[in-house]
Amino acid sequence: MKYIDPHIHMVSRTTDDYQRMAQSGCIAVTEPAFWAGFDRSSAQGFHDYFRQLTEYEPRRAALFGIRHFTWLCINPKEADDPAFARDVVALIPQFLKCDTVLGIGEIGLNKNTKNELIILEEQIRLAEEHNQLILVHTPHLEDKRKGTRLIMDALSASSIDPGRILIDHVEEHTVADVLDRGFWAGMTLYPDTKMTPQRAADVIEMYGSERIWMNSAGDWGCSDPLAVPKARLEMKRRGHSLSLIDRVTLDNPRTFLSQSPKFRLDAEGA
Amino acid sequence: MTEATGVCPLSREQIVAQYFLEHRARLLDIAAFLDRLDRAAGGGVPDFREQALLQALRLVADGGPQRTARVLNLFSDMSEQLPQSAHGMKGALGAVKPATGVTV
Repeated sequence: MKYIDPHIHMVSRTTDDYQRMAQSGCIAVTEPAFWAGFDRSSAQGFHDYFRQLTEYEPRRAALFGIRHFTWLCINPKEADDPAFARDVVALIPQFLKCDTVLGIGEIGLNKNTKNELIILEEQIRLAEEHNQLILVHTPHLEDKRKGTRLIMDALSASSIDPGRILIDHVEEHTVADVLDRGFWAGMTLYPDTKMTPQRAADVIEMYGSERIWMNSAGDWGCSDPLAVPKARLEMKRRGHSLSLIDRVTLDNPRTFLSQSPKFRLDAEGA
Repeated sequence: MTEATGVCPLSREQIVAQYFLEHRARLLDIAAFLDRLDRAAGGGVPDFREQALLQALRLVADGGPQRTARVLNLFSDMSEQLPQSAHGMKGALGAVKPATGVTV
């Protein structure tokens, strides 16, 4: 059994999580830049974080045979001060040439503010100028429906092919719109506030397996780095075919991510 | 979209056998939460989130389709306006204040 966890924040996880993930069949992870749980006070803090994502984490993952890729951005939770956010965004181009950087992410909205939207649009333009893939964070809970629509409108105003954009954290009230507009959709399996493996399996049954993946988004909060293999087990318990299970947890992530020439798996994982 | 059959491969009997106890326990958690609110020290006034939860429970039991999406929409901010800044409101609360239509 092999799988890819295409959205997990390994800087927040301990090394034995890498070990358990490898033992469960994980062959690759991709890690979007996100919020550390508190606001960083300088752009230099982000510079250090981007170095951690591009230099340190790939080495730590490699100890367990897991390929580590990353996405860079200023996340929406820290993008409410446009001047500060622009200082951070200005750092990103120098890192885009790193071997494991797949694109811009996770950009999006948090509280659906005008300030957040300005910085979202500027980071979409950055991706456009540098021909980068995009990974999108959609807001949580009561803000998701409205935020997802605002984000899709901002993305559709760019020239980027929606097939090069993954919109993450979809739920039952947003997944159809995301897929209908040609984007990829990500389902985040989180113990308390997002989707359970059972609901994710329901969504596959209702909306199909095309342009959709699952991830753990494991981070510093209550989260589960083994959420993807648990979803595989849930689908197996229901009697879904191995080919369908592999499609949504291995083949689809590989197909989307391979649009970046930097995404390469070892021969064993390919 | 492929294989969007809308059908769970399990039979009705199998679904009940596999999931009933888990969801029975979750329902009891909700009942206990509501009982706990009744026993809250000092009484207090019902919060908008309590009212949203009770509304959602009625929706779950209405026998209609797409319950999950409808519950999610019930808890969603449907307003059109955008605040300038998120200052002082970084987190989400899970439901919308009915009086304003805007999350606090």
